[in-house]
Amino acid sequence: MTTYILKRFLQVIPVFLGATLLVYFLVFSLPGDPIAALFGDRPVNEAVAAQLRKQYNLDQPFWIQYLLYLKSIFTFDLGLDFSGRPIAAVLGEVFPVTARLAVMALIFEGFFGILFGLIAGLRKGKIFDATVLVASLIVIGIPIFVLGFVLQFFIGVQLGWAKPTVSAGASVQDLILPAIVLGLGSFAYVLRLTRTSVLENMNADYVRTATAKGLSRSRVVRVHILRNSLIPVITFLGADLGALMGGAIVTEGIFNIPGVGQRLYRAVLSGEGPTVVSIVTVLVLIYVVSNLLVDLLYAWLDPRIRYDS
Amino acid sequence: MTPDNNPNRPGETPGTTRSLEHFVAEVAETPLQAVDQVKEESAPLSLWGEAWKNLRKQPLFLISAFLILVVALVSLFPGLFSPINPATEACQLSSSNGPATAGHPLGFTKQGCDVYARMIFGAQASVTVGLFTTLGVLLIGGIVGSIAGYYGGWIDAVLARINDIFFALPLILGAIVLIQVPYFRANRNPWTLVVILVVFGWPQIARITRGAVIEVRNADFVTAARSLGVSKFSALVRHVLPNSLAPIIVVATISLGTFIVAEATLSFLGIGLPPSVMSWGNDIQAAQSSLRSNPLPLLYPAIALSITVLSFIMLGDALRDALDPKARKR
Amino acid sequence: MNESIDIRETGSRTGRPLLEIKDLAITFATSNGDVNAVRNAHLTIMPGETVAIVGESGSGKSTTALAAIGLLPGNGRVSAGQIFFDGEDIAHASEKRMIELRGNSIGMVPQDPMSNLNPVWRIGYQVKETLKANGLPSGPEDVAKVLTEAGLPDAARRAKQYPHEFSGGMRQRALIAIGLSCQPRLLIADEPTSALDVTVQRQILDHLDKMTSELGTAVLLITHDLGLAAERADKVVVMYRGQVVEAGPSLELLRNPQHPYTKRLVNSAPSLASRRIQVAKDRGLESSDLLTSDDVVVEKSKPAEVLQIENLSKVFKLRSGFARSTDFTAVDDVSFSIKRGTTTAIVGESGSGKSTVAQMVLNLLKPTSGRIVFDGVDTSTLNTKDIFKFRRRVQPIFQDPYGSLDPMYSIFRTIEEPLRVHKIGDAASREKKVRELLDQVSLPQSTMKRYPNELSGGQRQRVAIARALALDPEVIICDEAVSALDVLVQAQVLNLLAELQSRLGLTYLFITHDLAVVRQIADHVCVMEKGKLVETGTTDDVFDSPQRDYTKALLNAIPGATLMLPPEVA
Repeated sequence: MTTYILKRFLQVIPVFLGATLLVYFLVFSLPGDPIAALFGDRPVNEAVAAQLRKQYNLDQPFWIQYLLYLKSIFTFDLGLDFSGRPIAAVLGEVFPVTARLAVMALIFEGFFGILFGLIAGLRKGKIFDATVLVASLIVIGIPIFVLGFVLQFFIGVQLGWAKPTVSAGASVQDLILPAIVLGLGSFAYVLRLTRTSVLENMNADYVRTATAKGLSRSRVVRVHILRNSLIPVITFLGADLGALMGGAIVTEGIFNIPGVGQRLYRAVLSGEGPTVVSIVTVLVLIYVVSNLLVDLLYAWLDPRIRYDS
Repeated sequence: MTPDNNPNRPGETPGTTRSLEHFVAEVAETPLQAVDQVKEESAPLSLWGEAWKNLRKQPLFLISAFLILVVALVSLFPGLFSPINPATEACQLSSSNGPATAGHPLGFTKQGCDVYARMIFGAQASVTVGLFTTLGVLLIGGIVGSIAGYYGGWIDAVLARINDIFFALPLILGAIVLIQVPYFRANRNPWTLVVILVVFGWPQIARITRGAVIEVRNADFVTAARSLGVSKFSALVRHVLPNSLAPIIVVATISLGTFIVAEATLSFLGIGLPPSVMSWGNDIQAAQSSLRSNPLPLLYPAIALSITVLSFIMLGDALRDALDPKARKR
Repeated sequence: MNESIDIRETGSRTGRPLLEIKDLAITFATSNGDVNAVRNAHLTIMPGETVAIVGESGSGKSTTALAAIGLLPGNGRVSAGQIFFDGEDIAHASEKRMIELRGNSIGMVPQDPMSNLNPVWRIGYQVKETLKANGLPSGPEDVAKVLTEAGLPDAARRAKQYPHEFSGGMRQRALIAIGLSCQPRLLIADEPTSALDVTVQRQILDHLDKMTSELGTAVLLITHDLGLAAERADKVVVMYRGQVVEAGPSLELLRNPQHPYTKRLVNSAPSLASRRIQVAKDRGLESSDLLTSDDVVVEKSKPAEVLQIENLSKVFKLRSGFARSTDFTAVDDVSFSIKRGTTTAIVGESGSGKSTVAQMVLNLLKPTSGRIVFDGVDTSTLNTKDIFKFRRRVQPIFQDPYGSLDPMYSIFRTIEEPLRVHKIGDAASREKKVRELLDQVSLPQSTMKRYPNELSGGQRQRVAIARALALDPEVIICDEAVSALDVLVQAQVLNLLAELQSRLGLTYLFITHDLAVVRQIADHVCVMEKGKLVETGTTDDVFDSPQRDYTKALLNAIPGATLMLPPEVA
């Protein structure tokens, strides 16, 4: 088990370094001048540009830039954004909002996805199964921003059940509708994954043996079918947290939520390289850490992994 | 277990003698068949032939194939479906947000453009980006995945880590970062978008290909081919890849839908295709501001987009069922 | 407990059968309509009696047994007849009633120990829930007791382990423990040991026998092996294509089979045959269903040693943990030689290294040390071009008939591939050759348009033989080539191999775990255990006077070996 943890941990490091290096390279080293781009159509003020280059270490060779950047991450001294605010403070403001949104979406997709998937799997071929299967295909097929607008328009504007846009504090109540929109795609996926997994386990030999032992149906379903079916589902859910946070950009746009996606979007539009890199780095970090946690969770769920070295 | 050493055997009861009688069935009842005879009545059927036979019966396949055919025709020959070409006929602000009239079945946008015509002509950009991105990721992901899976060892380890690095950046997030690079900012068109999506889209195909190749590479028929004198690379091309295709085709079909969504999402965010290119994402973006007063210009391209994406996802689902390796074992 | 003994005794005193199956029909709903898997099946088990159902795959033997415990798959149903358990018809009993019966009245030991324990729960937990569900005390000491009784040493500690930490034999013991934990009156044992090595198989069956006779449990044993059935059961029921064709006391049925199918089965059962196939054929005793031959024996002027294996070793590096590796010696200093035109069998249980030897002889794996000399040349010295030539002369046939043919290739392309790769002949002559090869393996020429998924396991194996013969090789390496086949098909393929050998003068290296097969096909035997060669000799010598304990154990483990002598000797 210790070997397993250590091994997973060591594998995470090159992924984190590689991903940050990739992002840093894309933002600062591809053809074109990121500082010049800042000025847009205005003439470049050389003095300001030079000062900015120095501030972001852009006058250094690429490797030095990158190493300095890594150092700034670990000291959490991310510098200032182009409007002069410390980037760390900006992140501290936007990340909690998005995290709340993503966790709510995760709870929604996990609970309903597993519940519906289990029922559909146990009643394969029945009307509930068929309905849920078609519905999940449609949900997967419709892009999130279309779904977002449709739900915002009908539930928020027409019916008035929820606020169409989120107010400044982004309270839990305000975030319910956006969280559902954000989680819908994954909900359909979790549902299908659970269903497939349940079907596979229902036909497994050990389930038949469990029935032959004289166990009640509900015990066979809970202890043998559901428990084993959850392994791939929980693995997916864990990895989805990072994806939800990175993918919140559209949902945040529709519901006007002051989160990571909104900030990243603005930084991209205005060409604020350092802010983009910082935000993406934190997202990568979240992705990598949540994947590591998933691996550990996986080992806990599936004893076969634990002893495999 | 012989009768003698079994203490519980009720050998003396009359019932057991009855149960031990020697029964022989009438031979006519179950006539003997020759051992292991080849069935010669049915026509030979290859795996692809069998899959096609299964597919033809699936309503999901028939519906999605029909829809994809329509979308393909619309993208290739939009002029056949709409007499108005929005690229040449300027929009008239006088009909801004106007309702449906004769010749303009779906009404007008805020800028006074014909919603129906734009919807028809918008298909081309979306489908182009989706199709060519899929071809690109198939090429790169397929090569990387099959090399990693087939040769294994350190090549696999290195490629797997590179794969992980790209996985850490979800498609849309990665694309957003890459789009703001000055070069891509200056050259926004369908082809740069394809490049951007391929850069962050290939790892998924690579992962699927790798898995499929690993599953096949140790099959006895590959070893048999190698011991016939087939070279290692030939065995990959002739035996391993053809047998790994099924899951790759399924995922690629679904990905085509995903890439169309990605294009629309980026265009919707205003950083995908430039406004001069007609696309569903751009139309949805443009209609967003007047959503509350006139939702229809947003709704129609959204429906077109959703149906297109849905048909590729449905096709992928139908293909998965037809090509299911478990179902085709026998 | 006491109560159940009373019932048992009343049952036996009144002579009422414990299980009686009458005119049973089982139907499966498939996409092609209803399929009758079992028709008119009947069967009686008295309390404490052991009855075996014998049949090939698809004969309906397992389906019949599953119906008795109400575990037919979702699309199957009892469409006619009755199943009386202790006088009560349970063919259409409610699920609630079946749950009451399962475990403490009818127990089950399933076939594959690898897939029948839930991988995520500890062994002890899986025993405990069985006891609990059947209202028995289920403390840790009860669990340990049940496991100990099933012959699992150190049960208290073992109970805390997960299935993947158990070997196959231990898992099967755990499953036996579960099946018998609630002292059922009837135990359904579905091929309980066919996935295990022969020596383990024997131990487990002995133990199962002991436990069921102590408890007075009646056993319904499902098996494909007639020898095993006759050895273990009081009564044998033979099923063929969904019907019972013959039933009776084991020995009588074996010595005096009446139904033609039973006769065929008795003739082909490898565990009962004791002669090399060629001998039987020369005596004209071959069954008419089996392949006939022209008896053209190719005489080799000098039976030179075509293959010499000298001090062959293979060490694998196993990764153990982080950046460490341990050496695992799969093959340890093995030497033997093979004469042209003869068959040498390497016998061993799983992990003996026998397949690794085959891989090295095929030049697919490099030996760590030692030499393989083929026709006077050390194969490790061959360059790429020579290896290509070597491949023409040494060809393999593999075990898995589902895996050894490329599913995308038609049979024609499969058999033609070696000719194409070695650029032999033009399209027309290659097609002619493929037709000839199909004739040689007794497949109709029309087969060449078909695909592997349309053929049965035995037919695929014959295609694999045709492919191996395409290049006119001298040596054929058969790696468990008949292990996956049903008894009759196995006999057919073995006969084909023997006939091809006498006609073409082939040399076989036969890798197998099944000593019964060795007796039928081999001239020489090499017994391997844990990478080492423990005994070699002619087949007759090894079978008649084995020198090593391990060989003796292997021979004793052949089910039915001691049961009876074949008619021509007796």
